[in-house]
Amino acid sequence: MAKITFITKDQESIVVEGTAGSVMELAVQNNVKGIDGDCGGVCSCATCHVQVDPASADKLGEASEIEQDMLELDDDANEYSRLCCQLQVTEALDGVVLNVVK
Amino acid sequence: MEHLKEDKKTKLSEFPDAFEQARIEKGYGEIDDQNDPVTMLLRLKDVRKTAHNWKTFISGAEPGRIVVPSEVHIRDIRQIPFEVDPPEHKSYRDLVEPWFKRPLEEGYQKVLKTIIDELIDEVLTKDQFEVVGDFSLKLQSRALTTLLNVPYKESETWIDWGVHVFRSEDTDLDGGKANILFDYLDEKIEEASKNPGDDLYSLLLSAVVDGKKMTKEEVKGVMILTFAGGRDTVINAVTNSIAYFAEHPNSLKRIAQEPEITGRAVEELVRYFAPLTHMGRVVTEDTQVCEHAIKNDSRVSLCWASANRDSAVFENPNEVVLDRKVNPHVSFGFSTHNCLGATHARQILKILLTSLAEKVSDIEIKDAKENIEEWGEFNRKVGFKNITVSFN
Repeated sequence: MAKITFITKDQESIVVEGTAGSVMELAVQNNVKGIDGDCGGVCSCATCHVQVDPASADKLGEASEIEQDMLELDDDANEYSRLCCQLQVTEALDGVVLNVVK
Repeated sequence: MEHLKEDKKTKLSEFPDAFEQARIEKGYGEIDDQNDPVTMLLRLKDVRKTAHNWKTFISGAEPGRIVVPSEVHIRDIRQIPFEVDPPEHKSYRDLVEPWFKRPLEEGYQKVLKTIIDELIDEVLTKDQFEVVGDFSLKLQSRALTTLLNVPYKESETWIDWGVHVFRSEDTDLDGGKANILFDYLDEKIEEASKNPGDDLYSLLLSAVVDGKKMTKEEVKGVMILTFAGGRDTVINAVTNSIAYFAEHPNSLKRIAQEPEITGRAVEELVRYFAPLTHMGRVVTEDTQVCEHAIKNDSRVSLCWASANRDSAVFENPNEVVLDRKVNPHVSFGFSTHNCLGATHARQILKILLTSLAEKVSDIEIKDAKENIEEWGEFNRKVGFKNITVSFN
């Protein structure tokens, strides 16, 4: 079980719990504003862009090259950017805070 | 004999990569188009970078010039937001984006499901039917009434127009056909202006962008994009998917058994088919892409179809891997001008796959004529001119 906090662009804080699947799916199930996940999680649409709170950044692994290539050409991206369809919900993510970009 | 027949059948749902050699050897191809040549960019990374660089590779050129084949001789109206660059682009895009995200709503999906189920039930009663005209065009037109939020019966008019809005059987560019659409839109915009409702026309007519009320000409520009951009593309995606399932019945069974892969299957089919081969940009300075010089005021195109088969990014690019997990295809474009109708298109395909898996056990192809586009040295199969099948 992992507790994940999303902070939307209008500063609403949404805390959700999940055990499996991707973080994007968890966000969509909980109607987190700004996470559309249009492509269903195959790293094609970039509608699940989040920036990891620096304090919890060490809970996440590295983005794959394909994910990095997508983010490299996103004007809103910074060093904490991730496409959350590429983050699997595991115990390791417990307590992570994600700022929704859109 | 049976063996030969099987061989022939296997080829129909195959969409060969027309660009492989040029993509690997040079990274680009050169084509002429009405004396306004185009350098086609073929590698995924180049396509993405160029799509992202809207300052050097603009969309806001003379209306129709970024389309290949060029439409400068058949229209003066600017398609919006498609032929507008940032920062103005953002104001228009922000206006229309929420409307084009409605397909994410459950109620919208239910309406689409009814449209698609009814159509499948209708063709199931026939011995055989021609997919492009009697299925895909109908599906696309009826689903468009949901996107515009206009009466269902409007789709009858659009179906009567035939498969192409801008093209006819013999010529690529048909001004006469374009006029049918333009005249129709003028009429509808006048109607909505007199009696506003809850349709897309009315939303646009009442919109204020950057402090200015949208003009009827601008409204028409958005509507032309909506009609033209989502017509051949959706028709090809639907038709080609049916051809694929005819020759891969186990894939349809798999979707019935593992509905959770439906979204991935849609992305993979869209990657593989790339219903729109490419889209152009006009170059604003002497520059280069993949070490190839590109001249100011010339045109490049972003070849989505080639980029989707780039083996530098995709494993087994020429295979349909139905549950491909990482699939950064560019069939819906990339960056600023990515496809506005993608949410609608994805829902159509998702529901189509689900309903086919529920209702159809076997699809048999009776006859087919492929639609091969010619782009200079490249001959690319994009779909079918006609394909007759039976559903069982």
